[in-house]
Amino acid sequence: MGDQAIERITTVVVGAGHAGLAASHFLGERSVDHVVLERGEVANSWRRERWDSLRLLTPNWQSCLPGLRYEGPDPDGYMTMGEVTQFIERFAAVSRAPVRTGVNVTSVWPADDGYHVMTTHGEIRCRTVVIASGACNQPTVPGFSEAVPPSVEQLTSFDYRDPAKLPDGGVLVVGASATGVQLAAEVQRSGRPVTLAVGEHVRLPRTYRGRDVLWWMDASGLWDQRYDEVDDLTRARRLPSPQLVGTPERSTLDLNQLASMGVELVGRWAAVRDGRALFSGGLRNVFSLADLKMRRLLETFDEWARAQGRDADVDPPERFAPTRVPSSPRLQLDLGSGEIRSVVWATGFRPDYGWLDVPVVDAKGQLRHEGGVAGRPGLYALGLPVLRRRKSTFIYGIEDDAREVIDHLARYLAAGR
Amino acid sequence: MTTVTNGVNVQALLDAREVLKGAPEAAQFTWRASAQWQNGVHSQIKVNSFFGLGEEQNHLQESVFEADHPEVFAATDNGITPIEYLIVGLASCLTAGVASVAENRGIQLRSVTSTVEGAHDIRGILGADSDVRNGFNDIKVTFSIDADASREDIEALVAQSQKRSAVFDALTNPTNVTVEVA
Repeated sequence: MGDQAIERITTVVVGAGHAGLAASHFLGERSVDHVVLERGEVANSWRRERWDSLRLLTPNWQSCLPGLRYEGPDPDGYMTMGEVTQFIERFAAVSRAPVRTGVNVTSVWPADDGYHVMTTHGEIRCRTVVIASGACNQPTVPGFSEAVPPSVEQLTSFDYRDPAKLPDGGVLVVGASATGVQLAAEVQRSGRPVTLAVGEHVRLPRTYRGRDVLWWMDASGLWDQRYDEVDDLTRARRLPSPQLVGTPERSTLDLNQLASMGVELVGRWAAVRDGRALFSGGLRNVFSLADLKMRRLLETFDEWARAQGRDADVDPPERFAPTRVPSSPRLQLDLGSGEIRSVVWATGFRPDYGWLDVPVVDAKGQLRHEGGVAGRPGLYALGLPVLRRRKSTFIYGIEDDAREVIDHLARYLAAGR
Repeated sequence: MTTVTNGVNVQALLDAREVLKGAPEAAQFTWRASAQWQNGVHSQIKVNSFFGLGEEQNHLQESVFEADHPEVFAATDNGITPIEYLIVGLASCLTAGVASVAENRGIQLRSVTSTVEGAHDIRGILGADSDVRNGFNDIKVTFSIDADASREDIEALVAQSQKRSAVFDALTNPTNVTVEVA
């Protein structure tokens, strides 16, 4: 490999998901010579790192990428993973993105005038790099998972495909984000009794006053709140995904719903001691926090509708019952008793920057950046939670982010000439 | 904006939060108490020094606590029972949290009172029933708060104070405890 000629390209984009392709779209518009490197196929994570029944949390009309809108028959529906993959593939084709698939970036390190990018297909020298490799590269699992007895099978949401592949018997689902509540519901329906360990979470109804709750987030301007206007940005970026599911019925999937289905709710899983799972006794307060935050959010929507004179366009205000607290939630569970046969960790993800040999990653493994402009000149990021605004987390949010980040990149290139 | 004065120096806390973000070693504190057996189930506990911000620290003055058991336990009742100290800790921690969060949110407090009830089946500590645990079965805290705020904002204060409470965490989550003979 050492004898291979070093290729020179102005900009290297790492990752051909929706973020990398959106970057490519705006780079192309500005005639910036670039390449999009993809370890697998276009939309690789959507194809390989999601469970079978998953649909997007955002309604179809919010599935839009620069120059590409949803034009199907069901704007209020939610795309399956197959549909998301096709949508992103179509975007890659329409925008003629210069994607090289099956090329893994193994290392990026500083050069005098930019970056060295080492790949499984040789080295590239470039002036700028756009990191669009995603925020969910590795599932995070607490260290005490090692103390779970071997008789209990452990899976993350990366390994999980469908409930039929789980052993028969009880399942302990850990985490009550979108992933946790969706898997808990699906596994419970398969006849395996689910215990759900619930820490801090974000409760949302699927629809509010007759509209998708994400319509409200968008229309009220909340989703456009910029990263530098958010009170506690660190918290906003770490927030678990809201308890939502995309189903044809547009139904709400909150903890009350799960409890009605027979799911047993317990507190945050805090430790394993002597083969027993120990759960927090603070369940009541995480319910209160989530209920209060939801109520405050819905009031914000109501105020917006009133101020904008939109009350007639939507149904009357709704209030939802508080999360029901189980009379005495269990504080411990014997993992060796056979009651629980498998554990599904839905405890979040982290990005993988193991290949990034540039000192821009903090002690917690997160990229240091200001609205997508990383700590070293010429290095950019896209597709991370609340990168430039609250909606950055969603496909719907990439267009504005990518335009602004690539604007910055183009100015940087122009200034350096 | 009217000035809120609950007497909490929130700015100092916010400044400390920023400084300690970049200096985790300075954030490592060790709290200490030393107990001396008196007689029977009566002991005396003194608290003065602690470690924090990288060095030994002292309270302005030493505090002395008496712990004993009540007469219905056939004891001398020179002080409250040890498990009562836990609810003392919980009540004071949550109250401090309410005041701090209120200050930070610009809510003027007029009065904050609370009662804590810990349900305790003493058959556990007596060894009368091995299925009964030694500690509390349930703890209930009831706050009465008079403040310039809606009921909802007051509920949010109380929820946030639990979220940031050291004692609430210590009681609701397991903690490794090592007890050894020196």
